[in-house]
Amino acid sequence: MFPASFGYQAARSVEEALELLTKYGEDAKLLAGGHSLIPAMKLRLASPRYLIDIGRVPGLSGIRIDGDTLAIGALTVHADIVHSDLVRERVPGLSDAAGVIGDVQVRNRGTIGGSVAHADPAADFPVILTALAASFVAVSPSGRRTISVDDFFVDFYTTALAPNEVLTEIRLPLPPSSAGTAYHKMAHPASGYVVVSAGALLNRDSSGRCASARIAIGGLGSGPLRAKAAEAALQGKSLAAEIIAAAAAKAGDGANADDDFYASAEYKLHMATVLARRAMEQANQRASKKPALS
Amino acid sequence: MTTQHAPTGLIGASIRRVEDPVLITGRGRYVDDVQLPGMLHMALLRSPYPHAKIISIDTSVAKTMPGVEAVLTGADIDLNIPSPVMIPGQKIPPHPVLARGAVHAAGAPVAAVVARTRALAQDAANAIEVEYESLPAVVNAEKALEPGAPLAREELDSNICYTATKKGGDVEKAFAEADHIVRMHITSPRQVAMAIEPRGAVANPEPTGDLTVWLSVQSPHRVRADLSTALGFPEHRIRVIAPDVGGGFGSKGPLYREYALACHFALKLRKPVKWIATRSEDFVTVIQGRDQAMTSELALKRDGTMTGLKVRVVANLGAYLCSNTAGPPQRMMAMAPGCYQIRNVHVEVVAVFTNTVSTGPYRGAGRPESVLNIERLVDKAARELGIDRLEIRRKNFIRPEQFPYKTAVGVEYDSGDYERSLAEAIRLSKFDDMIRDRDQARARGELVGVGVSTFVEPSGGAGFESGTVRIERTGEITVLTGSSSHGQGHETMFAQIAAEKLRVSMDHVAIRHGDTLAIQQGVGTFGSRSAVMGGGALCLAIERVVDKARRFAAHLLEASHEDIVQTDGGFAVVGTPDKKVTWRQVAAAAYGRPLPGIEPGLQETVFYDPRREAWGFGAHVALVRIDRETGEPKIEKLVLVDDCGTMINPMIVEGQIHGGVAQGLGEAFREQMLYGADGEALTGSLIGYAVPHAENMPPLILGETLTPNPFHPLGVKGVGEAGTNGAPSAIANAVIDALAPLGIDHIDMPFTAPKLWNAIKKAEGE
Amino acid sequence: MAAEVEFASVPISVTVNGAKHEAAVEPRELLVYFLRDRLALTGTHVGCDTSQCGACTIHLNGRAVKSCTILAVQADGAKIVTIEGLARGETLHPVQEAFREKHGAQCGYCTPGMIMTAVDLLEKNAQPSEEEIRHALEGNLCRCTGYVNIVAAIKWAAEQMRGRNVSR
Repeated sequence: MFPASFGYQAARSVEEALELLTKYGEDAKLLAGGHSLIPAMKLRLASPRYLIDIGRVPGLSGIRIDGDTLAIGALTVHADIVHSDLVRERVPGLSDAAGVIGDVQVRNRGTIGGSVAHADPAADFPVILTALAASFVAVSPSGRRTISVDDFFVDFYTTALAPNEVLTEIRLPLPPSSAGTAYHKMAHPASGYVVVSAGALLNRDSSGRCASARIAIGGLGSGPLRAKAAEAALQGKSLAAEIIAAAAAKAGDGANADDDFYASAEYKLHMATVLARRAMEQANQRASKKPALS
Repeated sequence: MTTQHAPTGLIGASIRRVEDPVLITGRGRYVDDVQLPGMLHMALLRSPYPHAKIISIDTSVAKTMPGVEAVLTGADIDLNIPSPVMIPGQKIPPHPVLARGAVHAAGAPVAAVVARTRALAQDAANAIEVEYESLPAVVNAEKALEPGAPLAREELDSNICYTATKKGGDVEKAFAEADHIVRMHITSPRQVAMAIEPRGAVANPEPTGDLTVWLSVQSPHRVRADLSTALGFPEHRIRVIAPDVGGGFGSKGPLYREYALACHFALKLRKPVKWIATRSEDFVTVIQGRDQAMTSELALKRDGTMTGLKVRVVANLGAYLCSNTAGPPQRMMAMAPGCYQIRNVHVEVVAVFTNTVSTGPYRGAGRPESVLNIERLVDKAARELGIDRLEIRRKNFIRPEQFPYKTAVGVEYDSGDYERSLAEAIRLSKFDDMIRDRDQARARGELVGVGVSTFVEPSGGAGFESGTVRIERTGEITVLTGSSSHGQGHETMFAQIAAEKLRVSMDHVAIRHGDTLAIQQGVGTFGSRSAVMGGGALCLAIERVVDKARRFAAHLLEASHEDIVQTDGGFAVVGTPDKKVTWRQVAAAAYGRPLPGIEPGLQETVFYDPRREAWGFGAHVALVRIDRETGEPKIEKLVLVDDCGTMINPMIVEGQIHGGVAQGLGEAFREQMLYGADGEALTGSLIGYAVPHAENMPPLILGETLTPNPFHPLGVKGVGEAGTNGAPSAIANAVIDALAPLGIDHIDMPFTAPKLWNAIKKAEGE
Repeated sequence: MAAEVEFASVPISVTVNGAKHEAAVEPRELLVYFLRDRLALTGTHVGCDTSQCGACTIHLNGRAVKSCTILAVQADGAKIVTIEGLARGETLHPVQEAFREKHGAQCGYCTPGMIMTAVDLLEKNAQPSEEEIRHALEGNLCRCTGYVNIVAAIKWAAEQMRGRNVSR
């Protein structure tokens, strides 16, 4: 199987990529690892006229701490996130999510930037990054801007990125040591994509109550959903199992799941509550293992 | 499983495979590895509609595209895939290589392009414009029988291809006198063989006008004959080569449209043409398996004695008949009573056309359907009569002293000891402990079940198989077998037989197969037949070669023929071991100066037909746990006791069981080809169709009993389908056992988490 | 000013199994076909079209990847190892040896990809548990072996390699 013919240019810098994007406009697509785009091109579901390869642009890869923010270069491959001690210690939920994407080979090649820019509603990163309140740094000829995750995922395969923007970095506030993160997924047995998934960030106050919570659900719509009713149900509460379960029961509130040939909408909504509970419980455990900040 | 083999014998030894050095270093040669100078590439445009009239096809753009050498549609070519009449009265609608006037299944080829590269061929195929008029489609075989159902083949007056019956005894009397009747409706999920190597062809027109074709096939001679018929090109001028073949599982048995098309282009353009299926193309063109719906009644006495069986099978054939499409329903009928003495049986098959991919043999090919049917019935009978399910099986088993045993459907089983097999499975599974654990788990509200399946495993059959043994001039040995390998280790297993019987080391034996120019007429590898049929042919050919060789040896040793005996590496005079000759000396005599009264040469060919199948058997036991909250099933124990008679290479036997079980677990938990209400393929790629991964495989506990086949020179029975035959029904029985406390008495496979959750939720609500 | 976008052919330079190759490739050419058709390294197989089966697994700059989901142009400057590059002359890589010893191959079609994935695993984790081995194979499908003897082979290879200190 072969992609339709296209024009190709490898950019050596972000500036050069922007120049090419400006020149070719909406006919051009950026290529990073290619693990979202190339499969679609092979099936001829996508046939961009031009590909601008930013895969070897220096400086867009790597994981670092920038003040109270974790900054992940857009070209960082999933495997590097999985194996990062920094991520595992500080944001294990992100590590969990990166570790269940595709398979070993896909994680060795696919990039976080490529994944989020593709905005597949069955992808993992959008869900956990929603829970983690991430933001996205985009550079265009007119400058750079930061897009909040709540604004970034617009629709099926659609983000807030403009056609002339390059996503360079994913940033997320480092959860305090009083917080825990987790990600749970039910994968489709064939594709490995999300049937339903849940990401959680729980922050405990000094008394062990929930100071703040962000819960995101994947698989129920055109993109990651904030489970705001579940979040609200935890706010200020003790994180006892029954409180978490009651909050998790609201994880699918307001969502419109669809039946598909693998799972019914009813099952997906049910699994949203199960996975949300599991993610919250694990996040809470992880939070409680750390000494609370006074 | 610990393997025991004779300390000196090659037969029975777990010898490492002769095939492997090539395969593990990437030097295997599969069809797509064949590169010929000037080779062109073929691509096809396929119908997205399951059933439609073709209004118009516009190839004008495609014909002018770069690199394009030829474009054909059904208007240009009138070739058909031949399908033999397997059942009297069977309807055989046309199976054109390119659709003419209408398409009857999504994926049916509508136009073909040949171009300089694969990509250019694909580009041009995509540029062909077709106007369709969609027709009503039917995908479910039982629905296709309902009044007013759309006609899958509009040229026929009904969707029924044929009806066939097998019966014996007095069924009506048995049911009239029954104390209890168990009724079930069971469907087997449609499966995709999913050999990892997609299909492919390379057709090369020879300067002589002959045609050489590399094909990824299991039966090169059969396919050659069908290719000859399809093309109207003489069989003896076609050379089919099945090089390394990357799995088949039945799906690479028949001739396919693309093979005939590639040959047609090669002959027409006088250039080599290659076609390699994409995975997605294979999903909508390769024969699919199972998809039989069985409505059954089992009549019993109060004490559990089975007295009568009625089965009505509605078999989904798909839209087009391949050469072996009628095979699985026939097989289902022939083994309907399983391993039980049921003297009054009536089995009817209604074979139905639908707007789906053709069905045909897939690992098991009617066996798993049949085992599932009888084993689910037996479990349900035990439950309804309040009899232990092991006890009801033991009570009805055909007993060892009854063999050879002719069943009510007229089939003779050669040998067996079903009770011993079940006993071994019970021992290995620690059955009583499992039941105790299950009951404790159940008391805690958990869903845990134990399932058993006892089954027969027919193998061999399908006519003859051939074997040639040729002693070359230097005494080296060439074996030509009609049984063509695609992963089963023929080159190792047949060499073990030949080396042991000829008393040489294995490196003096070369096994050749898969080339119609080199090999005498043969049949091929399917239906667990190679060790039985190819092995049988080889044994008899060896006997004849040895007999003739003894005459040359007698001459050389100046002894009488009767006094010549085999020794290591050659022959000697009985009682005088020092008077001996080597195979090399014998061969030199055979091909040297003519000897009086002996025809020169040392080569014998046997076409072996034992006129009966070999009936292996087994007992499989499964322990399954279902997560009540998510519906996720987990197999916690799987015990597989199989009896395939004498084992030639236990390592290879085990490998066959492992692979079969994996496919059986696929059927039980994950795999199902699904079509939407309008006939569109929903699981037409590996994104939608789930096959087992390494992580999905539970630990397997293998066991064996050994009941040699009394009608075979080596005592062997086939084993290639054991895992797909026994395991799914053991799992089905375990899943239903787990759900029985909820009042659930049947769910069809595959047991996916969403399906089980829905069933649990529904039962809990009631 | 950036160079013009190229449709017809892009020059690339790759090192495959230690040998450097310069070629001009059409941008849409997939790496797996570059290896198979241009370099005649046909041990790398194609078993699907959706990046699921793993038969095309190779090592690209020291990592196992699926060569069906990479454009040849993306490999410009890369170091590649294929199944043909694992053995040292007649000496098989221990993972190759293991697949023979433990009957890890039947039809052989998935085998090169399996071996490449297994080598990648053992280079990163010399002592994998059975669970880790099975998890590492999540991107490789086999339809013949039920994975039983593939897992056994990888375990065996790990033991051999620990005893021998193998490097590539």
